[in-house]
Amino acid sequence: MAALGALTVFYLLAPTLVIVPMSFTQAHILSFPPEGFSLQWYQRMFTDPQWAAGIQHSAQVATLTAILATTLGTLAALGLSRGRFPGRPLINALALSPLIVPVVVIAIGMFGLFVQWKIAGSLVGLVMAHTALAVPFVIVNVGTSLRTIDRNLELAAANLGADPRRVFLNITLPIILPGVLAGAIFSFITSWDEVVVAIFMTSARYRTLPVEMWEQVRQVVDPTVAAVSTTLFVVTTALLLLLFVVRRQAPAQ
Amino acid sequence: MSPDVVADRQAAAPGAALVLRGLRKSFGSAVAVDGVDLEVRRGEFLTLLGPSGSGKTTTLRMIAGFMAPSGGSIEISGQDMTRVPPYRRDVGMVFQNYALFPHMTAAQNVAFPLRMRGLQRAEIARRVSDALSLVKLRDLGGRYPRQLSGGQQQRVALARAVVFEPRLLLMDEPLGALDRKLRKSLQLEIIHVARQLEATVVYVTHDQEEALMMSDRIAIFSAGRIEQLGTGDDLYYRPASLFVADFIGESNILRGRYETDGGDGGWMIRESSRWRIGRSAAARAELGAGAPAALVVRPERIRIVGEDGPLSAAVNVADATVDEVLNLGSDVRYELVLDGGQRLAVRESRGGGSTARDRGDRVRVAWSVDDGLLVPDPDT
Repeated sequence: MAALGALTVFYLLAPTLVIVPMSFTQAHILSFPPEGFSLQWYQRMFTDPQWAAGIQHSAQVATLTAILATTLGTLAALGLSRGRFPGRPLINALALSPLIVPVVVIAIGMFGLFVQWKIAGSLVGLVMAHTALAVPFVIVNVGTSLRTIDRNLELAAANLGADPRRVFLNITLPIILPGVLAGAIFSFITSWDEVVVAIFMTSARYRTLPVEMWEQVRQVVDPTVAAVSTTLFVVTTALLLLLFVVRRQAPAQ
Repeated sequence: MSPDVVADRQAAAPGAALVLRGLRKSFGSAVAVDGVDLEVRRGEFLTLLGPSGSGKTTTLRMIAGFMAPSGGSIEISGQDMTRVPPYRRDVGMVFQNYALFPHMTAAQNVAFPLRMRGLQRAEIARRVSDALSLVKLRDLGGRYPRQLSGGQQQRVALARAVVFEPRLLLMDEPLGALDRKLRKSLQLEIIHVARQLEATVVYVTHDQEEALMMSDRIAIFSAGRIEQLGTGDDLYYRPASLFVADFIGESNILRGRYETDGGDGGWMIRESSRWRIGRSAAARAELGAGAPAALVVRPERIRIVGEDGPLSAAVNVADATVDEVLNLGSDVRYELVLDGGQRLAVRESRGGGSTARDRGDRVRVAWSVDDGLLVPDPDT
């Protein structure tokens, strides 16, 4: 069993991990096994204006997406779990639909719409598109936290003199905070490595890192791509580890 | 309701801490609370006692403001609170599951109501320390709830509910989650704290022993109504209904038909058995001749007198066979079968030279006619 498990993990991780040594190669073409050791491709990644811009844009879009999606998703989760209104199950299903609808369909639909609104190929358009993809993750994470919260805690706070606003700020929000942070991390990652929608929504002037990689791979196969891949991978892994820590910090009820 | 309870209620009217009038709550077609009238005096410890689903917790939640009544009114210290939101009622509440805020220390939990009231920092610190001392947790203020035992958590919850000197302290089965021994010691502690603060307490439990031990008065709930309101003695010695007699303490219930004897007393008749009923019991029940009734006799009021026991007009006597002997530590409990076929429980104190009986022994039992309580029997 252990051997089978190890084999599966190897199968899943090998393509990702093979890129890591390739990024330290001295050779000028992408090759495996790598030759020698050098950090030149990492240096290139930060100094080449196109790559540097890609990193900056990706960080920008992912951060804004995380903020926007977390705010909207938290409010939506509150409404969906606490509100009593007609059509609630339908609205819940619609809010989660970006998880199910093929990304390319969303991308084409948004592209058509955003061109009309004249926000295609801009930061605003990309953040809006990525927010739509990320909100379901926030709703799911915050919704789970809200379902596990003991409603008596909120009643106790009200009983002790807290009006609904102070109940939310002092009790509900701190208790669901791990869920909110998990949603924020998921949102960041969703945007950070998203390529399909980004291809539609970016322009030559404004490219995110994954789009830049896509463009570069089609032209030159230069080991910088391996260095960028490794960087993306490291950032995502670090965030997932952070997510793990955040979840463990959730107060035991 | 007995006349002395009515008199008490009228006397309490001016300084009542809590007045419920015709309080009702229905969920769709299900009626949870069906017209509750209640006055709680200042400084009184009043318990709402009843089986689950009898409406006691719903009543408490309406007093706290967590639920809007479907009808009736709630008055706290003379002010109408029926439509006032919970955070403006100035009522403390202790929950069964403690409901301590998990992200705050014990001291922060206790400080919460004072912070919400905008008190000065130094004043908050002083009162939190006083409240934690009151529940003997002065040194554990820095701990988080998960680092405290169940009993300690409930004491923090008590401190938090009284630290802002609320007009009313509500407790919803606060000891339900604790083991028996801890429950006993916390019962005493709650009584002490309530006395020390001269707090008015409305306490909910389904444990009749707890209610009898802690309360000044008890309201027995059944099917959304108050079945009887009175002191523990009222309920135990003068139950107004078969439900109360059965719910409070242990009872032998002999059902039958009530007949007057032409004078002040009467008889309870069932087939060939006839039990004499004392004058006061007959007067209290106010039953007409021939009415279905139940005679209630507490097991500890019945004596085993032996085959040659006395026969007189002041005692009821019956012959029986011992069916079961149960050792209760300081007491012995006998399950008997009367010759008429009815079962009867008898509780005797051990020692005092009473002879031990075994299963199958023939015995004669007797109880004073004044120890038999007469109540109407709604089931026949």
